[in-house]
Amino acid sequence: MNDVIGLAPWLIGFPLIGAAVLLLGGRATDRWGHWLGVLASGAAAVVGFILLFRMIGTPAEERAVDHSLGTWLSAGGLDVDLGLRLDPLSMTFVVLVTFVGTLIHIYSVAYMDHDVDRRRFFAYLNLFVAAMLTLVLADSYLLLFVGWEGVGVASYLLIGFWDTGRPTARENAVAAKKAFVMNRVGDMGLIAAMAILFATVGSVGFADVLPAAGGLSEGTATAVGLCLLLAACGKSAQFPLQAWLGDAMAGPTPVSALIHAATMVTAGVYLMVRSGPILEAAPTAQLVVVVVGAVTLLFGAVVGTAKDDIKKALAASTMSQIGYMMLAAGLGPAGYAFAIFHLLTHGFFKAGLFLGAGAVMHAMGDQTDMRRFGGLSRFLPITWITMGLGWLAILGIPPFSGYWSKDGIIEAAFIPVDGQPWRAWVFGTVAVVGAAITAFYMTRLFFMTFGGRRPRWTENQHPHEGSPLMWWPLVFLGVGSAGLGLVLGIGGTFTTWLEPVVGHAEHHEPVLPVPVIIGATLVLVLLGAALAFRMYAVQLVPEEAPRGSFLTRAARRDLYQDAANETLVVLPAHGIARLVQVGDRDVVDRGWGVLPLAVSWFGAMFRKVQTGYVRSYAAGMAGGVLVIALVAWLVVRLGAGLGGAQ
Amino acid sequence: MEITNYVVLAAVLFAIGATTVLLRRNAIVVFMGVELMLNATNLAFVTFARLHGDLTGQVLAFFVMVVAAAEVVVGLAIIVTIFRTRRSASVDDVNLLKG
Amino acid sequence: MFPWLTVLIAWPLVGAAVVGLSALVRRRTGPAGGGTGLARPLALVFSLVEVGLLVGAFLAFDTGAADEHQLGTTASWIPQIGTSYAVAVDGVGLLLVALSVVLVPLVLLAAWREQGHDEVRLRRFVALVLLLEAFMVAVFSARDVFLFYVLFEAMLIPAYFLIGGFGQGPGRRRAAVKFLMFSLGGGLIMLAAVIALYFLAVSNGVDPSRAFLVDELVAVDLGTTAERLMFVGFFIAFAIKAPMVPVHSWLPDVAGNATPGTSTLLICVLDKVGTFGMLTLCLPLFPEASRWAAPFVIALAVISVLYGAVMAIMQTDLLRLVGWTSVSHFGFIILGIFTFTPLGTAGSSFMMLNHGLATGALFLVAGFLVSRHPERSQKIAAYSGLRSTTPVLAGTFLVAGLATLSLPGLATFASEIMVLIGAFGGEPAGSAAWTLAAVPGVVLAAVYVLLTYQKIFTGAPAAGLETLPDLRVRERVVAAPLVAGLLVLGFVPSLALTYVNAPAEQSVAAVTAVDVPADAAAQMGSDK
Repeated sequence: MNDVIGLAPWLIGFPLIGAAVLLLGGRATDRWGHWLGVLASGAAAVVGFILLFRMIGTPAEERAVDHSLGTWLSAGGLDVDLGLRLDPLSMTFVVLVTFVGTLIHIYSVAYMDHDVDRRRFFAYLNLFVAAMLTLVLADSYLLLFVGWEGVGVASYLLIGFWDTGRPTARENAVAAKKAFVMNRVGDMGLIAAMAILFATVGSVGFADVLPAAGGLSEGTATAVGLCLLLAACGKSAQFPLQAWLGDAMAGPTPVSALIHAATMVTAGVYLMVRSGPILEAAPTAQLVVVVVGAVTLLFGAVVGTAKDDIKKALAASTMSQIGYMMLAAGLGPAGYAFAIFHLLTHGFFKAGLFLGAGAVMHAMGDQTDMRRFGGLSRFLPITWITMGLGWLAILGIPPFSGYWSKDGIIEAAFIPVDGQPWRAWVFGTVAVVGAAITAFYMTRLFFMTFGGRRPRWTENQHPHEGSPLMWWPLVFLGVGSAGLGLVLGIGGTFTTWLEPVVGHAEHHEPVLPVPVIIGATLVLVLLGAALAFRMYAVQLVPEEAPRGSFLTRAARRDLYQDAANETLVVLPAHGIARLVQVGDRDVVDRGWGVLPLAVSWFGAMFRKVQTGYVRSYAAGMAGGVLVIALVAWLVVRLGAGLGGAQ
Repeated sequence: MEITNYVVLAAVLFAIGATTVLLRRNAIVVFMGVELMLNATNLAFVTFARLHGDLTGQVLAFFVMVVAAAEVVVGLAIIVTIFRTRRSASVDDVNLLKG
Repeated sequence: MFPWLTVLIAWPLVGAAVVGLSALVRRRTGPAGGGTGLARPLALVFSLVEVGLLVGAFLAFDTGAADEHQLGTTASWIPQIGTSYAVAVDGVGLLLVALSVVLVPLVLLAAWREQGHDEVRLRRFVALVLLLEAFMVAVFSARDVFLFYVLFEAMLIPAYFLIGGFGQGPGRRRAAVKFLMFSLGGGLIMLAAVIALYFLAVSNGVDPSRAFLVDELVAVDLGTTAERLMFVGFFIAFAIKAPMVPVHSWLPDVAGNATPGTSTLLICVLDKVGTFGMLTLCLPLFPEASRWAAPFVIALAVISVLYGAVMAIMQTDLLRLVGWTSVSHFGFIILGIFTFTPLGTAGSSFMMLNHGLATGALFLVAGFLVSRHPERSQKIAAYSGLRSTTPVLAGTFLVAGLATLSLPGLATFASEIMVLIGAFGGEPAGSAAWTLAAVPGVVLAAVYVLLTYQKIFTGAPAAGLETLPDLRVRERVVAAPLVAGLLVLGFVPSLALTYVNAPAEQSVAAVTAVDVPADAAAQMGSDK
């Protein structure tokens, strides 16, 4: 491992250099800039695979390597290295980010073909890859935070990529800002967590903090754990900071695939798993993590059932799937491996689904309304098949990828924690129900797009497959969706791989026998899928959305998340801000204005003495002399009197 | 020589002069008031010089006379100029110093 | 030992004099081609040579002893009242001197076309800028309290004329008077404290001819009540300058009415005298009083952070908005100083530099934007959709804005996170709680920066603004060093931390030592 460790910085270096060249080079790089972007990402992927294979060849206990490039920030007891931590957990991410990232770069060359700003797009994509790799490779919370904010800003730039010159330009820009600001709300948690850790442990490096986590008081650990959870909620669009993800679909579809499905939004799960020892020292925080995961899981799934916009439906699905991962991450070592496993398989099948959606939009003239699709399987066969693989994977049908990871999470959810069977029953049930709803909305999405007896297209559309640059990445991701789970899941290969990082999980029995869980899940999934098939493939899909039940209407409006945020946060905040503004003008500024007013009032008073009549001045002088004389006389008399008394 | 008589006379003359300055509007009369006050002080100076057998008071009286003469020259010139521009010798018409 | 600081102070004065005298040269040689005279190029050359001198000073500075005051000169000035001309800098002072010296040529260049073509006006403008530069360098290096006070007030003269005479807002005269009144008010209170300090020092046996020297005064035991009163005197002056809520009222008016270049010098450099004074005068001279006042100061600092940010969000005027962001950032700096941790203090010192670069960039780029508007409107609502018309301007604005919201990779991040992490573990009561209360400032920062960017640069281009020119070469030359500085210090913060770490530890040690009993302190010293 040590002979190739010197390559690790290039994982970040290549895309960072790519981004710098493309941003500083300006228009001069327009002609070949996109290929430079692909090259930078591809080079990082090659380095990633070299490191991965060397790591596989190393004995399990020697796989975690810290590689420092020297001191980055050192002041007042805080010493942060430019340090990379390579271990099975970060390598999993490296491979996911660089491999899927490169596929999406290639796809984007064709997808953004007609965009005049394609170079800028690739610059931002490269910037994102560099930041994401910094996030996962960092060996301290502070350096992780650098990547954390870096992906945030890359996401901001890419969501708002089309922020001028389009009818929706302003909405795109607003969506970008919303994403960044809500992420920042989460970032407060990470800042606070670092502050608490520095005050208690004296360091923010993983090597110091994580082994010391067991020695923290439970209160401290809970505080840190909840702060980290807040950060994770922001980044991973978990309840209650989930509202930005749907709007983030304003960005170009490859962005949604890479950032808002496969990689960045899962960073919160990474943070939870990386901070496992802290969470384990804080059972309350763990419970909160599980609850957040469970709530988001259902929230996203319900929203997903009502969305007609294909990207927004997928976004809701992403939120829900990350809810699964978050739930698993709160279950302790038993869940960590499955959280990351699901993250990996989800990265593949959701990226595939998004790129497929992009291909559909590309074919249909940027239409995203599924009620305007239908019957596309004949015209887009490659997209149909690859998205079909993704669909089967997310449903969790054996032997497709999602089955191996999601089933693991459901089983883990049924394991009682600390002898509290109610938790197993509640969270297990939620996970199973979520799987059924997932089956419903994904089947709905799939058949509204590809199935149906008659197309519901608008005028003059001639759907056709895009260039090979677009469908080859789809094929790769489709293969991953189909086989990755089987390869890594069978015999617990992936769990063993992660064991050096997350620790060995004691085996506990679920409250139900495993075959029963698997069986029940499958039955519910098939029921959900069948229901959706009946509603959206067998029956005709109306071109205008029916009014629907109360729940449908609520789900269509994201369960009133924006209205809730508006009422609970924005309006009060705006009220306070108005109050401060008025206070500053009328109290503070006017208050200081009283001083000069007082001075000029006194001036106005004394001005009256200056009559301009020489005689009155003379009278003043005479009077003054008299007064002084009188006083002097009195003083002399008084002094004499006193002297006489003595 | 009764000192009180002289001092009282000087004081009375000074008071008459001061009252004239304060009460009369005509600049010429005001001016005469000023002269009266100056001469009242001169009288006091000379009186005390005589009393102490010391020349300092008399010398000061001469200085006052010189200054009074200079003052008459400058003051009358100002009054004449004001009279020419304002057609009036009333001091109350000259209130440019009003704040 | 070459008197680097004296030369750095004298050179801009020479420059100002030469620029003034250049009028004579012009009259003899007759009108030159441009008609705008030699003033601008001369001033630029002088300020660039000053940058060269600064490099020399940096080379001569011993970073191994960054907590010691170096490069200085001490000479008796008015022996009858015991004042000295004493200048010297530690690492923090040197960085602030560097900030002043580096920003001046950029401001001159940014204001190249701003003051019209009247030769006399141009000459006065650049001479005032050079004069201000000399005062700024001097005030950051003064080691004599009386000299410091004189410079503290003297700076107001060029600043007053730059705001009132050369500003671009309709309320510039009023803003200049407001600025002057606030500053003079604070200065007078400080003067009382300075005089009291002198007499107390003399009565404590300090040689009257040296009784204004900071190094002598540090050792004087002032007595609790006197120390606290004098602390308050100094602190109010510095709080007004900083500016801190509730004595900030002059700042938005100045920012909205002065030219962006003046605002840059004023808010990014000159106002640092406030926080610099807190760090280098209040803390070492009045350690016990600093600890006594710390909980109150921290509370005000955090209120400033949130108050400034909220007010920034509510602004409709671009330049006033930038002014308000500074109120917020100064709050962070003061929070770091008054929580007495080496990390937080180092972060605050570093932030003084970074805030100058980031806010300077934001002011100047906003100025470039305003200068493009046909009516020179400063209203945010007057702009829209400029990202496609002026991409480089938009990009530079965004980078400056991201620096203002402390994005990692830019220098401001390192300093802000140092302040927050450090302040949380601070010793004064309530440090942790107040620090947590300041953390939402980072969210508000994101709102005010990105909301402004969204309004100005995204959406459909506003009518009449479809053909604005992008940044010119001169403007790029102004923006590039600032952006480069932010990036370099962001990736390699140790470049600056080398200069601030030791002074930070020393000032914290000076403050935290006071309550420890004498024998215990001696023991701790011998252990080291």
